[in-house]
Amino acid sequence: MGNDVLFETLLRLADNHLILGHRLSEWCGHAPMLEEDLAMPNIALDLIGQSRALYAYAAEIENQGRSEDDLAFLRLEKDYHNILMVERPNGDFGHTMLRQFLFSSFMVLFWERAQNSTDKVLSGIAGKAFKESQYHVRHTAEWIIRLGDGTEESHKRMTAATAALAPYIGELFEADAVDQSAISAGIIPRASDLRGAWETQVRSVYAEATLEPILDHQAQTGGRIGQHTEDMGFLLAQLQYVQRTYPNMTW
Amino acid sequence: MVTSEQQSAWDAAAAVLDPEVPAVTVADLGILRSVEMTGGRSVLAKVTPTYSGCPAVSAIEIAIDVALREAGFDPTIERVMSPPWTTDWVTTEGREKLRAYGIAPPVQASNSLRALFGDTVVACPRCASTDTTRVSEFGSTACKALYKCDACHEPFDYFKCI
Ligand SMILES: [Zn+2]
Repeated sequence: MGNDVLFETLLRLADNHLILGHRLSEWCGHAPMLEEDLAMPNIALDLIGQSRALYAYAAEIENQGRSEDDLAFLRLEKDYHNILMVERPNGDFGHTMLRQFLFSSFMVLFWERAQNSTDKVLSGIAGKAFKESQYHVRHTAEWIIRLGDGTEESHKRMTAATAALAPYIGELFEADAVDQSAISAGIIPRASDLRGAWETQVRSVYAEATLEPILDHQAQTGGRIGQHTEDMGFLLAQLQYVQRTYPNMTW
Repeated sequence: MVTSEQQSAWDAAAAVLDPEVPAVTVADLGILRSVEMTGGRSVLAKVTPTYSGCPAVSAIEIAIDVALREAGFDPTIERVMSPPWTTDWVTTEGREKLRAYGIAPPVQASNSLRALFGDTVVACPRCASTDTTRVSEFGSTACKALYKCDACHEPFDYFKCI
């Protein structure tokens, strides 16, 4: 296995966390209540912090003189390899919570096993991220239940969110040739092996929330190879604005 | 063997206060992992972040660097991720300082998170009542949750377990 497999694996993970962290940060100052105005940026900070550790390591592995910031801010849309779920617009608060719940429930299982990665740096990052992701699951699961089993309006909106996010679930569990190489080398766990445990958790929370689980919808994919939804370009325009306008600017 | 030089380097670095909770030092919190002499006046200080996204980590590293330089050392600061920081590393003295400052210290055994809705019992730092309610899992900084005391009715921060 060459370094390119490790680099690409780190980049995909980092992109998932940066892009979802950015989406969550859009709620800052707009949340429905003060506690959530603290919660969402806090989760965003965790995700962006995780992405920083991954980008910094990826930059070191690539060894082409690119920094963590270059990787985060100065690539073109097709060079971002995050899954589509994380780039989807926030929708309403319930939609944002459900997306986070589906993603973080997967990441808890992923990071738990990645602590045994043959790559020692990744296993260190996994150790921290595993603990943090558990808070994200707990927080969002509470909201799914409260809103799903809430008022007629909140139930209706959560039902709409489950349908809207259903096409983006399958991509979580995909593995292309790059993933296969990384799995064979023991760098990351096989995502499809996590599906059973993931579904058990998601089903139990959906049941308590009185929501119909739609977990086997035909998957929309392409993020891994840089084929994104139409919303990605707008997201990057905002994310990259400062670095593009003032090249090499630092805090 | 701990030389007196190593001890004075540790003392200088260990006295640095946490910028977000200035009642406790980086040693109290277990953020400062080690300080070792690496030849001459050179020292290597290892620091571990509390949370991946903790915005205070860089500030803490700079403060430790400055403290060591002021004490006459030539420091290198290394950030270590593994093993991951846990609230179990907060010292007994650190816990007492947190409580006196009005922040409920982390409950021991950081693994209570495994249960999806397993609630931990948190005592009010003001009146010590355990009749408390969690207001928000996420508080004013990444490491704190927001609670209120149902006995004395004061809101308070809880240094959450991880
Ligand atoms: Zn009280």
